[in-house]
Amino acid sequence: MSINWFKFSSPATFYPLAGKLIPIFGVLTALIGIFGLYWGFFQTPDVLTDQKQYYRIIFIHVPAAWMSMWLYVIVVAWSLIGLIFNARLAYMIAAAVAPTGAIMTVLALFTGAVWGKTSWGTWWDWDPRMTSELILLFIYVGYMALRSAIEDNRRSDRASAVLALVGLVCIPVIFWSVNCPDPNQCAALHQSSSMSGIESNILFAMLTMTVSFWMYCFLVPLMRARNIILEREHDTAWVTEMLEVKK
Amino acid sequence: MKPRQKRIVFVLIALVAVGIAGFLANSALQSNISYFYNPTQIVNGEAPKGQVIRIGGMVKEGSMKRLDDGLTVAFIITNHNDEAAAQYTGILPDLFKEGQGAVAKGKLNEDNVLIASEVLAKHDEDYLPPEVADAMEKARAASANATQEKAQ
Repeated sequence: MSINWFKFSSPATFYPLAGKLIPIFGVLTALIGIFGLYWGFFQTPDVLTDQKQYYRIIFIHVPAAWMSMWLYVIVVAWSLIGLIFNARLAYMIAAAVAPTGAIMTVLALFTGAVWGKTSWGTWWDWDPRMTSELILLFIYVGYMALRSAIEDNRRSDRASAVLALVGLVCIPVIFWSVNCPDPNQCAALHQSSSMSGIESNILFAMLTMTVSFWMYCFLVPLMRARNIILEREHDTAWVTEMLEVKK
Repeated sequence: MKPRQKRIVFVLIALVAVGIAGFLANSALQSNISYFYNPTQIVNGEAPKGQVIRIGGMVKEGSMKRLDDGLTVAFIITNHNDEAAAQYTGILPDLFKEGQGAVAKGKLNEDNVLIASEVLAKHDEDYLPPEVADAMEKARAASANATQEKAQ
């Protein structure tokens, strides 16, 4: 079976397709999220060797931090597809994903600060991972600001795509900023990621929440993409036709 | 070249450039951005007195004690070679423990004791309930014994 991918690069085809996908992702987000939170609150130990109940913030913190990085990669990927193929829908999707990525970054920074006050003893420190995550937030904001600053859609698409590409440098820095040879010589307050020292129920709840966050990261950008399509294509025949039918 | 191929080349070059920049940033971060002094530097008098500095290392086992005023905690930060003494008045972070990493921020007094205004605890990657951690510790000790016996 061969799929004509270019068919889906047309906003007129994508718009109804997104409309069909939105309820699916909505249901998945809610169901998986409720299950993950249930598991995280009731099937996990209350006290760890060195942390108490407040460790449960990782069920929000880690998925949000992962999504903040992943969504940036998605923004860059769609921007590049837009640049190479001159596909306007790709730019629109990149624009639709960016605000959700920014929200995930804020969520990761905020939950980290709350947790850090209790466990590290500070709201904020210039730890490499925290610093680079903050820079990522600025890049997201800069990307969105640049988009809205340029009136002409085609120019704003291309300019913001190049900005997104340059900002990609932040992602490996965030990802590897804690893997330091001797932790006592490095500034990082974050520990190195380890899947071995984590209790299996905690890990399960954390991964479940990650899936739920991921579904949310499809849901909201799809909704936003539909709005962007309507806004940009409002004077095209298919939008007028569709609105006529609805009336 | 067709315009599309030109754009692909442009994107590839940009990706490579960004990759190199990321790699360089990473290696710069890992080659020891010591934003704190280690105990050896304190012992050797490399840290300025009367200025706010940070000392990082492990909290020495058995070194934590409360002073007579009941609020101030004295402890020793060690890197297993040298030791630096520190005092802190206030609520210690939850993860602050003997044998764990910590960073203390404050000024050195005349006796080379750090009067900390802020204490940060580092945490490890373990998210285990105490009984599981104990069991794992026992298993580790047992396997260590077994290998020792084999060696003998």
